[in-house]
Amino acid sequence: MSRWLLIVFLALTGIAGSGLHAREAAPLAADEATEKRLVAISSELRCLVCQNESLSGSNAELANDLRREIRSLIRDGRSDAEIMEFMVNRYGDFVRYRPPLKGTTLLLWFGPGLLFVAALGALLLHLRRRERALGDQRPLDADETRRAEALLRDPDAPPRP
Amino acid sequence: MNRFLWPLIGFIVLVVLLAVGLNLNPRDVPSPLVGKPAPAFSLARLDSPEQRFSPQEMLGKAWLLNVWASWCVSCRQEHPLLVELAKRQSVPLIGLNYKEVRGDGAIDSSKLDAAAEKRMVIERAGGWLARHGDPYTLSVLDIDGRVGIDYGVYGVPETYVIDKAGIIRMKHTGPVTPDILAGKILPLLAELNR
Repeated sequence: MSRWLLIVFLALTGIAGSGLHAREAAPLAADEATEKRLVAISSELRCLVCQNESLSGSNAELANDLRREIRSLIRDGRSDAEIMEFMVNRYGDFVRYRPPLKGTTLLLWFGPGLLFVAALGALLLHLRRRERALGDQRPLDADETRRAEALLRDPDAPPRP
Repeated sequence: MNRFLWPLIGFIVLVVLLAVGLNLNPRDVPSPLVGKPAPAFSLARLDSPEQRFSPQEMLGKAWLLNVWASWCVSCRQEHPLLVELAKRQSVPLIGLNYKEVRGDGAIDSSKLDAAAEKRMVIERAGGWLARHGDPYTLSVLDIDGRVGIDYGVYGVPETYVIDKAGIIRMKHTGPVTPDILAGKILPLLAELNR
């Protein structure tokens, strides 16, 4: 019984699997190198309709159009840099997931590092200040130790000056 | 007291930054095309499809390019304003009808050949303008959205202000509101026409 179930299961998954493969492989087989470059380039680009998705992962209408555009640019023999420039010229730096380093993006690139350094500085300052405050404390002398112990034994004992 | 001062200041700064950041419109992507020549194209006209229009014909005039489609909901929102503008002012308003059929998710355009698609585009776009009023000096047909890509269109409607030399001076994404029209677009046009 269980063997039969297994065979049916394998047959079903086999059919479903082959179906999926047939659908995905068609455009890939057409021009594998182009598709690979398309995926590489479009994962670096933002889909402007659904802004938190990359162009390669988006199903938006515009993303389809732009992928088609990139595909035809690749077929025209354009370099990756040229294709990137094509996109930036139309949609601005925002289209790139990795914004270029320039005046307006300095804070974006170095802000986190600056914040980290500032936080580290604040921590060091705090630690040093605390150490200095602790440094004032000397160990108790014999008389003080005796008084402390007496207090611990009997909290009601009148404190001696 | 002093112990809590700095964390409190930090907290307030964070809240202010978040309040400002969350109130920014993520659709307001600055266009790199502002200050650059309007990309050239030559597209069929909606009113007489055998004739073509290209932006070079507008040199010497300041004009508006408005991207629209009948399936675009926000276009209907701004449309009365454009109709009103066309009645009041003599500013050339060119419509770029963007992916009239392909952009409509309800239609499977893959089964249409080019001629059938174009017929359908003209029928739908023309019908829409007949129903809602036609503010456009003329409209052109960007059937496959190729010109839209050159103009960096990513959300219809979009509106471009182009000066006498053919330079894009402003781009507005989303429906034109009375505030934007009166506060930004019209003053800019007045300045460009001086």
